[in-house]
Parts: sequence; C-alpha cells; structure tokens
Amino acid sequence: MIGIQYGLCGLVFLLFGFCLMMLMRWQLAYPGQALPVIGRWLPYFFGPNTMPDGKMTPEFYNSLGAMHGTIMIFMGVVPVAFAAFGNFVVPLQIGAPDMTFPKVNAASFWAFAVGGVVMLISFFVPGGAAQSGWTSYVPLAAISNRGPGLNPFFNGQTLWLVGFIFLITSSLLGAINFITTIIQLRAKGLTWMRLPFFVWAQFVTAFLLLLAFPPLESAIIMQLMDRVAATSFFLPSGLIVNGVKMDISGGGSPLLWQHLFWFLGHPEVYVLILPAFGIVGEILANNSRKPLWGYKSLVFSVLVIGFLSFVVWAHHMWLTGMGTTVSAFFQTTTLLISIPSVIILSAFFISLWGGSIRFNVPMLFATAFLPMFGIGGLTGIPLAFNSADLYLHDTYYVIAHFHYIVAPGTLFGLFAGIYYWFPKATGRRMNEFWGKVHFWPSLICMNVIFLPMFLQGMAGMHRRWYDGGQGWTLSGEHIWGLSGFQWNTPISWAAWIMGLAQIPFIINFFWSIKHGEKVNDNPWEATTLEWTAPSPPPHGNFVTTPVAYRGPYEYSLPGGERDFTMQNEPVEPTERTRRKTVEQPVLV
Amino acid sequence: MEIPYTISTRPDTGLWNAKVGIWLFLASEIMLFGGLFSAYIFLRLDARPGEWPHGLLNVPVGTMNTAILIMSSVTVVLAWAALKMRRYRAYWWYMLATILCGVIFLTVKLVYEWPQKFEHFGAYIKPEALEKYEPYLGNKHATERGLPPRLEISGHLHNHAALNDPNIKEYEVALDPVNADPTNPALDRPHFFYVPPTDKIAKIEKEDVERATMFLPTHSAYFASYFTITGLHGMHVLGGVLVFIYMWLPVSKRLYQRNPEHLANRVEVCGLFWHFVDLVWIFVFPLFYLL
Amino acid sequence: MNNPPDISQDPSEHEEYAHNVQKHVRGYLMVGALLLSFTAITVALSYVNFGTPKANIAVAMLVATLKAGLVAAIFMHLAAEKRLIYRVLVFTGFFVLGLFWLIFLAWYDYPVVR
Repeated sequence: MIGIQYGLCGLVFLLFGFCLMMLMRWQLAYPGQALPVIGRWLPYFFGPNTMPDGKMTPEFYNSLGAMHGTIMIFMGVVPVAFAAFGNFVVPLQIGAPDMTFPKVNAASFWAFAVGGVVMLISFFVPGGAAQSGWTSYVPLAAISNRGPGLNPFFNGQTLWLVGFIFLITSSLLGAINFITTIIQLRAKGLTWMRLPFFVWAQFVTAFLLLLAFPPLESAIIMQLMDRVAATSFFLPSGLIVNGVKMDISGGGSPLLWQHLFWFLGHPEVYVLILPAFGIVGEILANNSRKPLWGYKSLVFSVLVIGFLSFVVWAHHMWLTGMGTTVSAFFQTTTLLISIPSVIILSAFFISLWGGSIRFNVPMLFATAFLPMFGIGGLTGIPLAFNSADLYLHDTYYVIAHFHYIVAPGTLFGLFAGIYYWFPKATGRRMNEFWGKVHFWPSLICMNVIFLPMFLQGMAGMHRRWYDGGQGWTLSGEHIWGLSGFQWNTPISWAAWIMGLAQIPFIINFFWSIKHGEKVNDNPWEATTLEWTAPSPPPHGNFVTTPVAYRGPYEYSLPGGERDFTMQNEPVEPTERTRRKTVEQPVLV
Repeated sequence: MEIPYTISTRPDTGLWNAKVGIWLFLASEIMLFGGLFSAYIFLRLDARPGEWPHGLLNVPVGTMNTAILIMSSVTVVLAWAALKMRRYRAYWWYMLATILCGVIFLTVKLVYEWPQKFEHFGAYIKPEALEKYEPYLGNKHATERGLPPRLEISGHLHNHAALNDPNIKEYEVALDPVNADPTNPALDRPHFFYVPPTDKIAKIEKEDVERATMFLPTHSAYFASYFTITGLHGMHVLGGVLVFIYMWLPVSKRLYQRNPEHLANRVEVCGLFWHFVDLVWIFVFPLFYLL
Repeated sequence: MNNPPDISQDPSEHEEYAHNVQKHVRGYLMVGALLLSFTAITVALSYVNFGTPKANIAVAMLVATLKAGLVAAIFMHLAAEKRLIYRVLVFTGFFVLGLFWLIFLAWYDYPVVR
C-alpha cells in the first residue's frame, strides 16, 4: 500500500518537475519574450515578480532550474524507483508478508510528504524558491534569498534546506527497512543467489542511501546554521559580496560543502539508475523467455558499483583546483566504476540473443533503455578525465550526459515497471495501444531533446545561462558553423511535444484502474514469486507462504511443458534426472 | 500474517529484525557525525595561527558530564541485563537512573554551559591594531615562548548596548585572566578550573576590532562547530531520554507481562542507540574541551 | 566475552540463567569503572605536552578510541556479534575514513603557482 502511495505522490511530483522544465524551455528558445496564454496567469500562481508581463526574470529562471533538478531527483525518481517499486515489489519477490518495520515505513512516507510540501511551499514565499542550483553551492547559497522584504527563515533557500532534511530522513528510514527486510524475510529456499536481480539492485541502492545521505545531511545542517545562525562553516574570511565586505566570522570553506555534497551526489546517481537496471532485467528475461545471461556477473557488478561509488565523488569537482595526485586517484576510480556498468549493459544485450522476444509495452521501454543508457554512459567517459572536463564542465554536454541516463534511461525503466507491475497492483492490464502511443513519441522526442545538447555543450554553451546562450550568439561567436543557441528552438518544441505524449499515459493509467482488461495473477507468464500472489495482493501479501525451489529466471527449461517454470514449483525427481542426462548448458 | 523474526532469531543470520535495523541506523549515524567531524577537522586545519582558541570550555564540568554519560551507559546495560534475568523491579530502577543521568547531562549543558558562553564576550583585534593592545594580548611574550599569537580579547562586556548602537564607539570589557595578565607564564596553558573574568576593565575601540560578538555560534568557526555538534548530540540525548521514559512508564510493565523477551529486545535496541550517543561524546569531549 | 544467551522457556532453568547473566553484570561494572578512569587519564594527559600539537591530538584520540572500543565491544555486545553486523560496520568505517582521508588529500594537493 505504501508503495502505491509513494508511487502516486512521486509521479505527481515528477509531473510538476517536468512542467518546470517546460517553462524553462520557453525562456531558452525565446529568451525575453512573453510566454503566450500561460504567461498571463503564471504570475498569479508564482508571484508577480517572477514573470512580469509574462516574461521570465533571470531569478525565476534560476529558481526553475534549481527546483527542477531537486524535485525530479529527490521527489520524483528516488521515491518512485526506490520507495514505490521497492515497497511494492520487493516483499512480494522475496515471499515476505510485509516489510520488517511497518511503522517506520509509514514514518518514512510522511517525512517524504512533509519534505515535498515544504519544497513546494518555497515557491510561494517572498523571494521565491531556491535559486542556487540543485547543488546549492556556497557562498551563493548561503547568502541568496536574503535581504529587505525577505523573511530570515521562511525564504526559498532555507525552506529548501529544511525540506531536504525531511526527504533525507525519509530515505534513511526507508533504506533501513529495505535492507533488514531483504536480509531477514526471504522465504524458505530463497538463497541470496536465487534472488531476482531487481532485489539485488534495490539492496545495493538501499545501502547507498543509508551511508551516503548522512554527510549531506550534516552539510545541510551546517548550511542552515550559516543562513539562520550567522555561522561561517562555508563562508571564507574576507568574503566580498556586491562590493561590500560581509560581516561574518569567516574561516569557513566553500570547498567543504562541495566535498560533502558530492559524497552523496555521486552515490545518488547510482541510486537513480540501479533500480532501473533491476526493472529492465526482470522485463528482459520475461519477454525474451530465457534467463538473464551472467546472473553472477550482474550481482558482482552491482556490488562493485555500490562499493566504488563512494570513492569517485571528486570527479564533479575537477575545476576546483585539485592537484594531480588526488585527481589521478579519482580519475582511476571513476574509470573503474564504468566497467561494472558496461558488464551489466552487455549482459542485458546478450540476454536478448536467441530469445523469442515479445514486444509488449514494458518490453519496448526496456529495450529502448539499453541503447539510451549506453549513450548516456559512454558520453560520461570524457567527463571522467580531468583534462577533457576542463572544457566540458558546466556545459550542456554534462546536462545531455546525465539526462540521457536519467530520462530515456531510468524514466523509461520506471515506465516499463509501471506497465509491467500494474496488473499485479490492480488485477487489470493497461491498454497496449495507448502504451505504444506513449512510447514512440517519447523515445523520439527524448533523442531530439538531448542529442543536440551534446553539440551545444561542445560548442561551449554554459549550463545555467538563462538566455539560452543568446547573448553569446549575438556577440558574433560562431563555432562549428552551428550556433548552439539555434538548437534551442527544436529542443524546446520536442520537450513540449513530449509533454503532450505523457497525456495518453496519465489517462491510460487512471482509466485502466477501473476499466482495464482483467487478467489473472500471472498475465506475463513470469517466474518470480510476486506472480504467485493474488492481484492485488491482500494484507500479508500471500495466501500461503511461498517456498522457493529454484532460481528466478527458469524460462524455457528443457523438457518442460511450458516455456516458464515458477520459482515456487518443486523440483521433481524425474526432472532432476532429465537435467543430468540431457546435454544442455546449465541455466544460471 | 505476522512478521517473523521480531523476537526470535532467523537461523542463518542469527539476528532478530530490530537488531539489524538499529545497527544499520547506527551506521548512518556514524556517517552523519562523520560529516560534522570532517567539518571540525578542516575548519581547524584552515584556521590561522591563534585563531582556533583553547581553554574556553569548562573542563571540570565537561569531565563530570562525561562521567554522567558513562554511568548512564552502565545503568542502561544493567537495566537490560535485569530484564533478561526477569527482574522487573531492578530494571525499573536502573532505567530511572539512566533517564536521570540523561536529564542531568542535558540540564548541565543547557542551563549552565551554554548560557555561560552566551554571556561571554570576545573581540578579535585587527592585525594592524595588535600592537596597540599588546598590554592585553602579550604577543611578544607568546612569541618568546613559542606559543601561537593571541588575537582576541575576551571577558564580560559591561556596555551591552555597544553591540547594536553604532554611536557607542568602544567596548568596555572586564578582562579574562589571560588578557588581564598576559605575560604570566602560569596562564600559558588553560587552567583546569574555571576562573571568572577579573575586575580589570579595558576599553576597546570599535575601529580596532575586526569582529566582536558574544560567544555565540556566529562568533568563530570554533564556536560554530562546538554549538552545532553538541547541539545535534544533545538532540540525540533528548530523543534517547524520551524513548527511555516511554520504556519506563507503566505501559512497559504491560508489555513485560505479555512478552518479556520483546521488552528486553526493545531495551537492548534503545540501549545500543544510547551507547552510540555516549561514543560520540567520548570523541567530542577531548576534541573540543581538551585539545 | 559472549553475550548472555537467550533465556530458555522452562521456568525451572531461570535461576541458573539469572546466575549466568550475573557474571556478565560484573563485567559491565568493571568496564564502567575502566571508562571512568580512562576519562580521568584523558584529562590528565591533556596537560602533558608530547612535543608537537599533532602528537597531543594523537594521544588524546588514542585514549578516546580505546574508550570507544570498550563501549562498543562490551556494552554494545560487538565482541560477540554476528558476522553480518561486522561487515556493515567495516564498510561504514571504511567509507567514513575514506571521507576524511580523501578530502584531506584534496585539501592539500593543489598546484603551486610559480
């Protein structure tokens, strides 16, 4: 139940963050021009200072940018990918009646809700929402949203910090719950190496959240102290703002914020992708009717990713003037961590080979995930090098890189998961035709949006310019014969069309809850334990406690009657003999 | 269906659920205080010579607080042992002792230590004016003895109005012993026992002052980290005390009668949290009070 | 030092069980006394100058780690805890020390402007 609560809440926030982005795209494509129709009533919503005459102010653009990032990551993707799917699917897949700590789970959801509300409220206080980037770098973040007419506590940046503390607490409580549940409540016979890959992915994700979030929480507390108690944890001595020397105690360090932020920031991006890996793995195995190739390597890879993700963070800080020794260390670890990701992607590709592939909507999204994530991952390699990143840092290249991973990457994985597990949650299937109407425009638009951004970035277009690079273009600079600015218009139109393409999904989702095609407990003919439970699962999840006798992907067992065998089907003595005599490679 | 392994242990891990949960939570708390300690480390490393103060905190009181917290750790584990031995009366007394120790710790901190700091004043002298205030700073003496320079004049502020009123041009300070008699070798090292400010008054011109406030978080990086770390630690102590109170009230007696092992497990889990809080203090105490 | 084992369901064995736990209680009291004396030692040692400030800090941290170790091992039963908990804590320790050490490395490694 909590999974569904998280899911709906998270999807709403995701939509809101998406709308913020669509607003930003107007400014980028048509800087300084009034936004038609919507621009007239937006100031009533966000405040008169944000869009006077329907034209976006730079401060409002910055707010949109900072909040788009924060909301999409921490209120959209993490709750849906980790909390929603995890809470719903993991107990079912391990054969557990519930999570180990139901009350802690409830507390975790309410902390998330409160944090989300605080973040949203920050739009409506004087001064507007936080506008120092989702990374909230100091000293800017410590001094922004301050001044005459602004409340010393109820201002955008301070509320951002407070909301964040609630969101972090929610994730920490959730992570504790997940790890304990997976360790303690696995059904009889479900050994570690018989776990579905999705459970492994969630397990590692939970550890990342558990251990990486707290240093950021401590940094947020310190930034709060800087803003509210006039301390100088992050403010250096002699800081001059607008020509005036600031009256602070000094002695702080802006770099310290960056280190503590990115200590979380890097594991966070793995938090964003690992659940999607898990979902895609399940769907690929199911719809190719063969087991995942290289299960052991997949498990090993996620464990290595989890471990290494804690020691790569400074690759977000190449331009802070670090010396060669420490840069060499981080470059090495960053390149090392790309290896398990490639292993996982390769294993997925190989899993498709020789399968009898069914292209239903979940499978469409799951297969699209593979090349999209491939592009995202490969384009990250130049950024791993200090020398190349000197040129690419803070440009649209970086935006394109990470959006390829999260947008046509993780989000496609999440869409796949929603279409896939919808029948388990509701007992009905979502409409296939409209699912395809959702898929194809989304895929095409994603690429039209983000592929040109690589070119923009390499042309030097900076990531947070509120005029979309127009000023730099008007100065007469032309690089590569293609001004980065001119790409903004097609990108923006693709973004708006993609927004339209989500409407069939939203309608399909809600319509199918009541009117979708009714299906049995296992419509996809899948093997894992969640499909033995009734749809929707009752309190206690299962009617009889399942016992696992085999691995998670027993598709197309030689000599079997059907092309799949569920995990809780006992291994017959006759079957054992058959497996011994037939010369087939042992599955898994 | 009831959730298994809430009281009995799962055979292959040998643990019951809450035990796994609390250790995971403590792991995250280690990272949380780790972040704060890293701030302490780097702010202190970055401080100019003489900027990071010593001996500003009351060592005997801090030592006593440390002892109180250690004793509360002992009493909480004895409370748990009493529960395991099914001696409810003993458990009740030990739990009460733990709660009282926690309350005393918080009271000492919030009623004595912190307010005493808030009422103390310190003014950092501008580098160009250090010569002028040499009678109060004694930097020649400090350099001779190989000590870091003294950059601050501290004591009790007599004219509080000077803090906010731009028309008042100087601070009137009843000096701390180290500023009243800076060349006295006995004052080179901070005293064990707290010595209150002397009667010697000094007038410090505002234009010679780089920064002057009461000893609040805003005063310096040292106080910022001190108040933040002890504040967060104090919130953890408070949380622990509140949970212990819940486990000590008659509602716990009912759980004991229904399922004593369940109560014992709950007390163990909260005890583990309490020991962690004690652990953090074991590091906070020398880092801030002694070094 | 092992943890007191789980109590048996048979009430007739309770007396013997209580006696066994009693032995652990003595251990707790001894460790408590040790911790108090270590606290006094820490304070006393802080007035001894070991040469450089680094050495002073190192000594204080050593005593603090000893005290922390006692609390963890005996009061928190870590000395006889299950492997899983050890693994979690080892990873945590590794990451928090990595946090300190890597930031330290980055802090002091910057190119010198000639």
